Amino acid sequence: MPHDEDKPRPAGAENDGESRHKENGPHADLSRRKFIRGAGLAGAAISAGTLLGDRVLEAATLPKSADAAADAGGVVGPGEVPITLKINGKEHQLNLEPRVTLLDALRNHLDMTGAKKVCDRGTCGACTVHIDGRAFYSCSTLAIDAQGRDITTIEGLEPAEGLHPMSRAFWDNDAQQCGFCTPGFVMACAAYVDHEPNPTYEGLQKALGGNLCRCGTYMGIRQAVLDAAKSMKGGRA
Amino acid sequence: MADYHWPPANHREFIGQRIKRIDGPFKSSGRAKYTYDVNRPGMLWGKMATSPYAHAKIRKIDTSAAEGMPGVKAVVSIMKEGDEVLWAGQEIVAVAADTEERAESAAEAVKIDYDPLPHLVSDSDPQTAGGDRSKQTEQRVDGNPGQGFSQADVTNEGHYGVPVITHCCLETHGQATEWDGDNLTVWSTTQNVSGMAGEYSSGLKEKGIEIPAANIHVISNYMGGGFGSKFEADTWGIACAMLSKKSGRAVKMMLERDHELMVAGARPSLHGRIRLGAKKDGTLTAWESETYGTGGPTAEGTGHLPYILAVPNASVKHTAVMTNIGPIRAWRAPNHPQMALVSMSAFEDMAAKLNMDPVEFFKKNLSLAGDRGKTYAEELDKASELMEWKRKWHPRGKDGTGVVRHGLGLSMHTWGGRGNRSNCEVTIHPDGSVETSLGSQDLGTGTRTVINIVTSETLGIPLDMVKVNIGDNKYPPAGASGGSTTVSGVSTSTRRAATDALNQLLDKVAPSLGAPADNLEAWKGKIQVKGNPAKSIPWKQACAKLGATSITGKGVTSPDLMSSGVGGVQMSEVAVDSETGVVRIVKHVSVQDCGLIIDLKTAESQVYGAAIMGITYALFEEKIMDQPTGRCLNPNMEFYKLAGIGDIGDIVVHMMTGPGYDDRGTIGLGEPPVISPGAAISNAVANAIGVRVPELPLTPERVLTALGKGGMA
Repeated sequence: MPHDEDKPRPAGAENDGESRHKENGPHADLSRRKFIRGAGLAGAAISAGTLLGDRVLEAATLPKSADAAADAGGVVGPGEVPITLKINGKEHQLNLEPRVTLLDALRNHLDMTGAKKVCDRGTCGACTVHIDGRAFYSCSTLAIDAQGRDITTIEGLEPAEGLHPMSRAFWDNDAQQCGFCTPGFVMACAAYVDHEPNPTYEGLQKALGGNLCRCGTYMGIRQAVLDAAKSMKGGRA
Repeated sequence: MADYHWPPANHREFIGQRIKRIDGPFKSSGRAKYTYDVNRPGMLWGKMATSPYAHAKIRKIDTSAAEGMPGVKAVVSIMKEGDEVLWAGQEIVAVAADTEERAESAAEAVKIDYDPLPHLVSDSDPQTAGGDRSKQTEQRVDGNPGQGFSQADVTNEGHYGVPVITHCCLETHGQATEWDGDNLTVWSTTQNVSGMAGEYSSGLKEKGIEIPAANIHVISNYMGGGFGSKFEADTWGIACAMLSKKSGRAVKMMLERDHELMVAGARPSLHGRIRLGAKKDGTLTAWESETYGTGGPTAEGTGHLPYILAVPNASVKHTAVMTNIGPIRAWRAPNHPQMALVSMSAFEDMAAKLNMDPVEFFKKNLSLAGDRGKTYAEELDKASELMEWKRKWHPRGKDGTGVVRHGLGLSMHTWGGRGNRSNCEVTIHPDGSVETSLGSQDLGTGTRTVINIVTSETLGIPLDMVKVNIGDNKYPPAGASGGSTTVSGVSTSTRRAATDALNQLLDKVAPSLGAPADNLEAWKGKIQVKGNPAKSIPWKQACAKLGATSITGKGVTSPDLMSSGVGGVQMSEVAVDSETGVVRIVKHVSVQDCGLIIDLKTAESQVYGAAIMGITYALFEEKIMDQPTGRCLNPNMEFYKLAGIGDIGDIVVHMMTGPGYDDRGTIGLGEPPVISPGAAISNAVANAIGVRVPELPLTPERVLTALGKGGMA
C-alpha cells in the first residue's frame, strides 16, 4: 500500500515501532507502567502494539516529554494529585489519582462523554481524542501525562451549531448504527483527513484500522471519509 | 375515514425512500447519551467480585476489607456461602464507591474461598463430555432415509462446525439506578424498555425488596448494541439497584470488557457429520446428520436440520452438551447461522462432487424450499447478476495454478420476523406539531426513523414536524426488540394510531371543507378532498380547529399490515493465499427481501452491517476456552477479533421490492442477512482451494491444515 513516509501518521496508521518504545529514564517505569497496571490495564495494553500491527495507534502513550511526574523527578500518588488539563481550549483543574486515564477523567470527572469506553486497552478506538492535533486513544493515556497538551474531544470538534463536516458525512452516509463507536471514528477520521487531505479508498482502510465497529458500518464510513475530505478542503480554502 | 392500509406505491411520499436516520446527528456528534454516559449527582460506581473458577462451591466470603476501604459506600452479596458457581466470571459480591478506581480496588479486596469442582469448558462432543452433561434434543426421521440413500447415484459425507462466539456489544451490559423514596429509576442499555420494570420488580422481590413495576421508571434513549443479549435486568442490574438502595445514592455499574466477553452472551456451537445422497442431475434424495453443540449451563442450541432444503428422506440427531461457560443468549438469528453453515456446506460439497455449478444445484432443488422457492429463484438470479457469477465461477479448485486462488460461494437463508405486540399513541397538537410515543427502543436499526416516516406518511406532514418518543417505559408498552419483530410492531401500530388521530382531525375539519370526513385525505401538508388539492386546508390551519385540546389516536400492532417469512441469497468472492492461509473477502453480495420497506436507507444499513458481522464470524470470531483452567483466553478485543474497515472487501446490497414484495406488508429484517455469510464464505474458500475447511472461523491455521490434506488441483 503506498504511504507517504514523510507525513505524520494518523490514528491507526501502521506502527513504525519508534514512538511506542519510550520507557526511558529511572522514573518512567514507575509513573507509567505501574499506574496503568494499577488501573487494571494489563501490561498487554502497551505490548499489544507489537502483536497487532496496523490496529494500534502509533503512540499508545504520550512522548516522554509529557511524562509530568517522571520529569518532575518525584513519585506521585497513589492518592489524588492536582492535575490541569487543557481541553477544547479551556483549562480544567482536577484532583485525580495518578492512575486515572484521560478517558476516565473526561467521562467521570468532566461529564464529557462523547469519547466512549469500550475495550479500555487501546484496541478499538472508541475513546479517540486529539492531542496536539493527532489522534490518541484516551483509554491508554493517563490524565497526568496529558497535562500541558492541547486536548480536543468530539465536544470541541463540533461547532456550537450544526455538525462538523465529518459528522455530517457520517450522517449522510448512514455510517452509524448503534452509534457507540461513532464519535471515536469521527475523531479518528477527522484527524486522518487533516493529515491526508486527499484520502483514497485503499489508504483510508489502512489508516482507520485502529477503530472497530460491531454493527458493521464500515461501508458508510469509507464513503463518509471521502465525502468529508472534499467538503473540509472546501471549508479550508 | 382515512384508510389505514398501506398506501399504494404511487401514493407514498416517504415510505420506501432512502431517509437519513433522525437521530444520526446526535450520534455522530457525540451528543447522544447512552446508559454508560449517565452521570448523576453524587453518583457512585459499582464493581463486582467474580469467580475465577468455572465450577466451584463458595466456601467463604469475606467483605470486611472491602467495606473498610476509602470511598466505599455499600457492599452487597449476590451469591452466598455454599452456593455453586457454574462459570468463570459469575458475580458474587458487588461494591459501590465514590470513584471508579476505588470501586475497582474494593472489588479486588473481597476475599472469597472456593472448593473447586470438575468443569467442562471446551467445545466437546457428547462422548468426551459424558452422559451426565449431554442430552439428546432431537431424533427425527422423515420419509425413508435408507431408501433415499439407495436411490442416490452419489453420496457424500462431511464434517462441519461453528464454535461458540459472543456478542461483544460495544456498550457493555449495565445500568445506572437511583431511588427516590419508593420509586426507582433505571437507565438501562436494553432491547426491552417496556418489559424491564417487571424484570426489576421480580428480581428485587427475590432479594427481599418489594417494589411494584409501576414504580420503576426505565430509560434507554440510546443503546450501544445488543444483538439479542440485552433483554433482562440481569444479576448486575438487581445488584446495582440494591447498592443504590443501601447507599442512598445513584450507582452506575457497567461490565468491564473482559467480564462482558466472559458472561454477557454466547452463541451455542454446532458441529457434526452430514451425509447426503443425490441423483446425477443434482436432485437430493437423502440426508443424515448427527450433530452436537455446546451451550453453557443450560445446554441450549439446536440441530434442527436440514436448513432451507427439506431433503425428503432425512435422519436427524442432535445432542446438546452442557458446559461451564457464561450462559447462552440469543445471538442475532438464533441458531440459523450455525444451521446454515453446516447445511449449505454439505449441499455445496455435493454440488462439487457432482461437478455442478451450485447455482444450478440449488435451483434444481428449490422445490424443497417450500413456499419461498420463487423468492429464492429470483434472488439467486439477482445475486448472480450482481456477483457476475457466470463469468467468474469455476469448478472447485480450478482457479489456475497461482499462489492466490479466487473462489465463489453462496448460501440461502430464511427468517420469520412477524411483528411484536406494540401500542402506539399519536398526538396532534393544535399548533400542528405531532408526537408519536411508544415504549420501544432503537438498537441502531433505525426504529425512530421508521416511526417518524410512518407518522409523516399517514398525516401527510414533513418529517421534522413529528417528535418521536421512545426509549422510556412511561410511553405505551411496546414489545422487546428481538427476532426482527420491531419494524412491524412499531410501524403497524403507528400506522393505526396515526390513522385514528387523523380521523379525529378530519371530523373537525370536514365542515369547513364542505365535504364528509370520509371523502378527505391528508397529503403533502394539507387536508384535502380526495384527489382534489384545490379543495384543501393547510395542515396547521386544520389543526388550529382543534381549539385548546390536543387529540390522541391509539393503535396496536395490526396483523393485516404485516407478514412473516423472508428468503435471502448471499454470494461471496474470496481470495485465499495458499502459502499463508489468509482468506481475504473480495466481494460479498447480499440480496434480501423483507416485504414492504419503510426506510430503504436504514434497511440497507442493516444488511451491510449483517454482512460485516457475518464476515467477522466467518473469519475471526471464536470464544476460546482453556480446559485446564476453565477460563476464557480471549476476553478482550485484541484476541477476540472483530473485522476492521480493511477486512471486509466490497459489499453489495440489493433489496427486493415492488410487486410480490411490497404487498406482503412489513416484515422484520435484523436477523436474516446475518445468517448466510459464514456459509457463503466457507463455500467460496472451498471453491478457491479445492478442499473444505470444515470449521469456522476460517483462520490461516485451519486453511493451511485443510490444504495439507488435499485440494489445490
